Amino acid sequence: MNIYLQTLKRDLNIAIHNPSSVLNSLLFFVISVSLFPLAISPEATTLAQIAGGIIWVSSMLCVLLSLNTLFYHDFENGMLEQMLISHHSLPLLILSKIAAHWILTGIPIILLSPLLGLFLFLDNEGIKILMFTLLLATPSLSLIGAIGASLIIGIKNAGMLLSLLILPLYIPVLIFASSAVSQASVGLDVNAQLYFLSAILVLSLMLAPFVSSMALKISLE
Amino acid sequence: MGKKHWNTHKTLRNTLNHKPQQIVSLLTLNNISCQKGYNLLFDNLSLIINSGDILRITGTNGSGKTSLLKILAGLNTSETGTIYLDDYAVKSEEYQQEIFYLGHLGSLVYELSCLENLKYLMALSQSVDEPTLINALAHLGLQGYEHEYCFKLSAGQKRRVILAGLFISNAKVWLLDEPFTALDSQGIKIVELCIQQHRQQGGICLFTTHQDSALKNQKILAL
Repeated sequence: MNIYLQTLKRDLNIAIHNPSSVLNSLLFFVISVSLFPLAISPEATTLAQIAGGIIWVSSMLCVLLSLNTLFYHDFENGMLEQMLISHHSLPLLILSKIAAHWILTGIPIILLSPLLGLFLFLDNEGIKILMFTLLLATPSLSLIGAIGASLIIGIKNAGMLLSLLILPLYIPVLIFASSAVSQASVGLDVNAQLYFLSAILVLSLMLAPFVSSMALKISLE
Repeated sequence: MGKKHWNTHKTLRNTLNHKPQQIVSLLTLNNISCQKGYNLLFDNLSLIINSGDILRITGTNGSGKTSLLKILAGLNTSETGTIYLDDYAVKSEEYQQEIFYLGHLGSLVYELSCLENLKYLMALSQSVDEPTLINALAHLGLQGYEHEYCFKLSAGQKRRVILAGLFISNAKVWLLDEPFTALDSQGIKIVELCIQQHRQQGGICLFTTHQDSALKNQKILAL
């Protein structure tokens, strides 16, 4: 098997044996979404209006929460050093790790979102677009997040720093994705937002692995 | 007929994991220096290491032993100078392919089995098949532990899992940072034997240790 697939498989394997690391952030996602109706209003019209935004903000924070562990364990046990000195392409190795991160956080978020959408009285069209924006944009969240995660490696308790570094980069994704959901539920065209999200995905897919690998090299020196 | 014979020979060689007769290779360090913060650990270090050399790096704590190994492994960058293995500079793909580096960190994930850990570690540098891995683990006295999770192992056993990589590695240059830590005397003997074999096959081994090592033909570099 190719080394990049092996890296992906290894990360998934580790998560299966240690599920709490993944479930922690997903549980946070579900809990934070379910608290809004209690705090704001249980009224269907109010909730339907803000449902897209709530789910998007929560999923973004969920991804942010899970980013800490992306490189941390491999840094602690020295495996990151081995990846760095290997003759294989470091950006591709990192891309495999990011893919594993997306499978473990992005996909569960996408699968949970229709359920949470129903819970917040989002209509069918809204749920469809919500799932589609999540599918388009959660990979970008993992990719952009990897840059931050590799920059803070070796710094103790850097969760705060990670949020400061990464959240500004997440803002465009948040704006386009949540506006797509709210426009879709009032029957407006959302192509423009989807194009922007796709462009962000392509851009981060092209750049993030390289930037992240450079950052890792600097952090480990 | 001749070709067939060659093929069988090649298969046999692969199963025994013997390296082909190697051309003499040279690891050349020219004017290397290392600075950590305000401290200059060493400078003007120039060395030529031949095929079949075992170099033990000695020095007090903080004298730059690990830093030197990391520079040679391509992890850190030297402030000055050049490093070449034959014609290939450090950090080039050809150079990195010939390096097997074991840091003082375990490189082990506790949630995976010994076999999975070793398999991934080796896959980063070369392609390996499962029987070779199991065989290598057996060499270090870990038969029966292949599918055991690493968190269940003792410190010495964890070290042995990683050191089993020495029985598989095709790399010419071994850089071992404190390979004998946590090993019992029998384990040390096994590793020393392995290094000796590597030397006879024309390999280069640089290692650091605070223990006395009975390795024959070792040269000492005091930092």
